[in-house]
Amino acid sequence: MRKFYTVIICFLFSINVFAQDSSLLNMIDDSMSVNMQKMYVTGTFKSIYIINTQSVETTAKNSLLFSIMHRFGKINDGGYNFFGLDNATMRLGFDYGITSDLSVGIGRSTFEKTFDGHLKYKLLKQTDGTNKMPVTVDIFSGMYYTSLKSDDAALDKLSYDISLLIARKFSSKFSIQLTPSLLHYNLVPTVADNNNVFVTGIGGRMLITKHMSVNAEYDYIFPNQVNSIKMYNSLSAGIDIETGGHVFQLHVTNSQGMAEPLFLGKTTGTWRKGDIFFGFNISRVFNFGHSDKKKQ
Amino acid sequence: MKYYILLLFVCVSLTANAQLFSTRNGFIGFYSETPFENIVAENNQVYAIMDVSKKTIAFSMLMKSFVFQKELMQVHFNEDYIESDKFPKANFTGSFTETIDPSKNGNFIVHVSGTMTMHGIAKPFTATASLVINNNTIDGTSNFTINPADFNIKIPSLVRKKIAQLIDVKIKVSLHP
Repeated sequence: MRKFYTVIICFLFSINVFAQDSSLLNMIDDSMSVNMQKMYVTGTFKSIYIINTQSVETTAKNSLLFSIMHRFGKINDGGYNFFGLDNATMRLGFDYGITSDLSVGIGRSTFEKTFDGHLKYKLLKQTDGTNKMPVTVDIFSGMYYTSLKSDDAALDKLSYDISLLIARKFSSKFSIQLTPSLLHYNLVPTVADNNNVFVTGIGGRMLITKHMSVNAEYDYIFPNQVNSIKMYNSLSAGIDIETGGHVFQLHVTNSQGMAEPLFLGKTTGTWRKGDIFFGFNISRVFNFGHSDKKKQ
Repeated sequence: MKYYILLLFVCVSLTANAQLFSTRNGFIGFYSETPFENIVAENNQVYAIMDVSKKTIAFSMLMKSFVFQKELMQVHFNEDYIESDKFPKANFTGSFTETIDPSKNGNFIVHVSGTMTMHGIAKPFTATASLVINNNTIDGTSNFTINPADFNIKIPSLVRKKIAQLIDVKIKVSLHP
């Protein structure tokens, strides 16, 4: 009973305090924090790619994202090939946001004439406020078809990837993503190679200005899965520059391929020997739907 | 004795309380018009409170509650311009000079002056608002413009042409006792 009075007295006191001049604001701010709803964390990464790896960002609802990706030749090709700039591989891609959580994409790489298609879905979204969800988790699923002419049957040219993208935005500047992936190749070069390959990646970004960030990623392939070729773990570093609807990503990487089965499971370059590829991703967002309609 | 004190508090609080009108779902919209792009951002979760006897008023809102028609704009608004991680709220606290009587239906024009705080910057601010009193409800509306530069919101030169120098602001609140 005593507690009850104390509570009441405190309550009344607080009302008295509220009745003072600028205290109206405190009153609504208190009411606001009591009724605080969960808020989704946005902008974990600037682009749908960290560098090569998909990031947890999906294309916005009713938006079409056009991306142009380039990887030039090896820097250690020397001056004759202008340090790799004479040879470029590229990928053109389109991603569309069906909902704000689900996006679908298609692409075509010149590397091994690869077509790709993928789906990305946000399973969990990081929140602040009450009932905190610590991470954003996406599931990413891709299918790849290598159309380079060969004697292999069409089915043998297919490969698949399924990844979980687990990211946390630790502060407004710093985000980290873990990306465990399972690759499946319908055909592998020798019996010593696995059809199913497990890879796990870690990537992150650090904002240096509001519109620019430094990104890095590393993909570790568990040993004894790919044996017929000498392959290395993919390591990339670069910067993101965002200007309105465009994101420019400039980077150096030891992977030339721009599809998951290529850079995760078939990276043959090594940083130690200078097998470094300079490259960039440029993306541009176009909005569709009723988004331009003026509302008053 | 305890009861008397309590009763006293209750009386005091009742007299103070009786003149408070408030809402938790007021409306504030930001409108930017340029030849290149029109931007609309609307917030339907604005908290507002008015003390009719003291002639004071306050607004508060979460910047993340502004909804844009383009998702990417909303992300840029929160991440790059308003920095809602650092400055989650905007608010206004001020007073008006006119006397209004909430028990009588009618229309009033009031001149409000006070302090607006956004993006961590507090600025003196004045505006006129029209009030319609109908059956003990106060419907308030106000239109004015604000300049993002006043609140230290920097807009990069590349997108400068797409964002108006002055942003139109519309407020609509329905305050209940």
